[in-house]
Amino acid sequence: MLSRFLSRCGTQWKEFSEKHFGKILEINRRYRKPRIQTSRWVWATLLFLRLYLLFLVGILFFKFFTLL
Amino acid sequence: MNLFSKLFYKYRRMSKVIRLYLLISGPGIIVMLADNDAGGITTYTATGARFGYGLIWFLVLLGPAAYFVQEMTVRLGAVTKRGHAEAIFDAFGSFWGWFSLLDLVLVDWLTLITEFIGMTAALAIFGIPAWLTVLLVCLIMSFMVLRGRYWTWEKLAFFFCALNVIYIPAAFLVHPSVSDVLRNGIIPHFPGGFSSEMFFFLMANIGTTIAPWMVFFQQSAVVDKGLQEKDIPWGKFDTLMGSLFTVLVAIFCVVVTGTLLTGVNIQSAAEAAILLMGINPSLGTLLAIGLFNAGFLGAICISLASSWAFGEVFGWAHSLNHKVREAPWFYACYFITLLTAGGVVLIPGAPLVLITLFVQVIAVTLLPAALVFLLLLLNDRSIMGEYRNTLFQNIMSGTIIVAIIILSTLYGVSALFPSLFPA
Repeated sequence: MLSRFLSRCGTQWKEFSEKHFGKILEINRRYRKPRIQTSRWVWATLLFLRLYLLFLVGILFFKFFTLL
Repeated sequence: MNLFSKLFYKYRRMSKVIRLYLLISGPGIIVMLADNDAGGITTYTATGARFGYGLIWFLVLLGPAAYFVQEMTVRLGAVTKRGHAEAIFDAFGSFWGWFSLLDLVLVDWLTLITEFIGMTAALAIFGIPAWLTVLLVCLIMSFMVLRGRYWTWEKLAFFFCALNVIYIPAAFLVHPSVSDVLRNGIIPHFPGGFSSEMFFFLMANIGTTIAPWMVFFQQSAVVDKGLQEKDIPWGKFDTLMGSLFTVLVAIFCVVVTGTLLTGVNIQSAAEAAILLMGINPSLGTLLAIGLFNAGFLGAICISLASSWAFGEVFGWAHSLNHKVREAPWFYACYFITLLTAGGVVLIPGAPLVLITLFVQVIAVTLLPAALVFLLLLLNDRSIMGEYRNTLFQNIMSGTIIVAIIILSTLYGVSALFPSLFPA
């Protein structure tokens, strides 16, 4: 019962996303294979840097609201 | 006779070189002078008023830093014939591509708001209401892009670039002591020591000189202009000239407020213009006109950077050489960015000055992410071939990235633990 419900939800979500985010999915498919292959370590480092910078931006927003 | 023929030959050769440069110049000078936008002028005037000539040495250092970052986009654009957003999607896949695109859209939109803040504040000095300024700016910018040619847009942008150097004659009007400027400004030091405020100003100054939108803009402009590999030396020279002018304008701006408003805690360039009007009306007027022009120049470039990036990734027609019906999404993106940013300025009671300063700092905080990808792209032999980075270029770019990360971290720490540093 639950699995049928989940599968129906999945199908509906797929239809909805293909209809509304079709272009985004197409872009994701087009660029699925990156030209520059990065090792896992490089990938993890890039992700860490990105998250760290977002954390710093979060601090900036915190500071901004405290100064309001 | 021989002498005359030699001179004539040299003259012909020189005029050919100048004509060739004028043909290829554009993206570098425009992006660098547009970088001295409303937020930039606000930061420079506030820096001069707060620290006098004390941080001029830091601005001098930012010139080469801006050059090293931006010349990489010239090579990347000329070699790949792709804008920066598309190049990241292609080289690193959609996961990193979306991150970069969202960064750009956020920072572009926030920066565009600061341009409108600067323009409305500048014209408010002459009694023009904010809504009218926003309306006029949107109309002029629409006219500029709807003319339908990159070259037309570039020529108009050049005109506003020329107005951007208004701060250089303005600095001569205040009769600064050259020996004071050299004594206090050239030797590296941090006036008042390391403090939370000092970190903030250093970061804001970096943010006004190197910004993520510049990377995206210049590469897209290089592609839209159609520069080839053989044009790279000229593109680099164009960028060098731009970085020279951007630093000169920044220094002269600091000299103006550093001479007349030292120790005055000014919050914005418009406030500085009003104060200067009391001292020297023509100087105040020059500063106000310069602030409007800076905001306008920034706005015409920043709004295009997002539209180009979206067009590249979504595969829409994305050139100023296209008519509206040929590239509807490109222009829709342009106008949506423009109108929403202009609308924010009209919100009653919005903390506009605080927004202006914080946007510079947010831009510089997100900058290392864009620079790391730029560096990786420029080091890929299969993409760049003989135009890939040299060891020296990598050391310079790497140093810039590390310095920005350290400075951002220090500012973050000082924001979270204010007692660690003097106020």
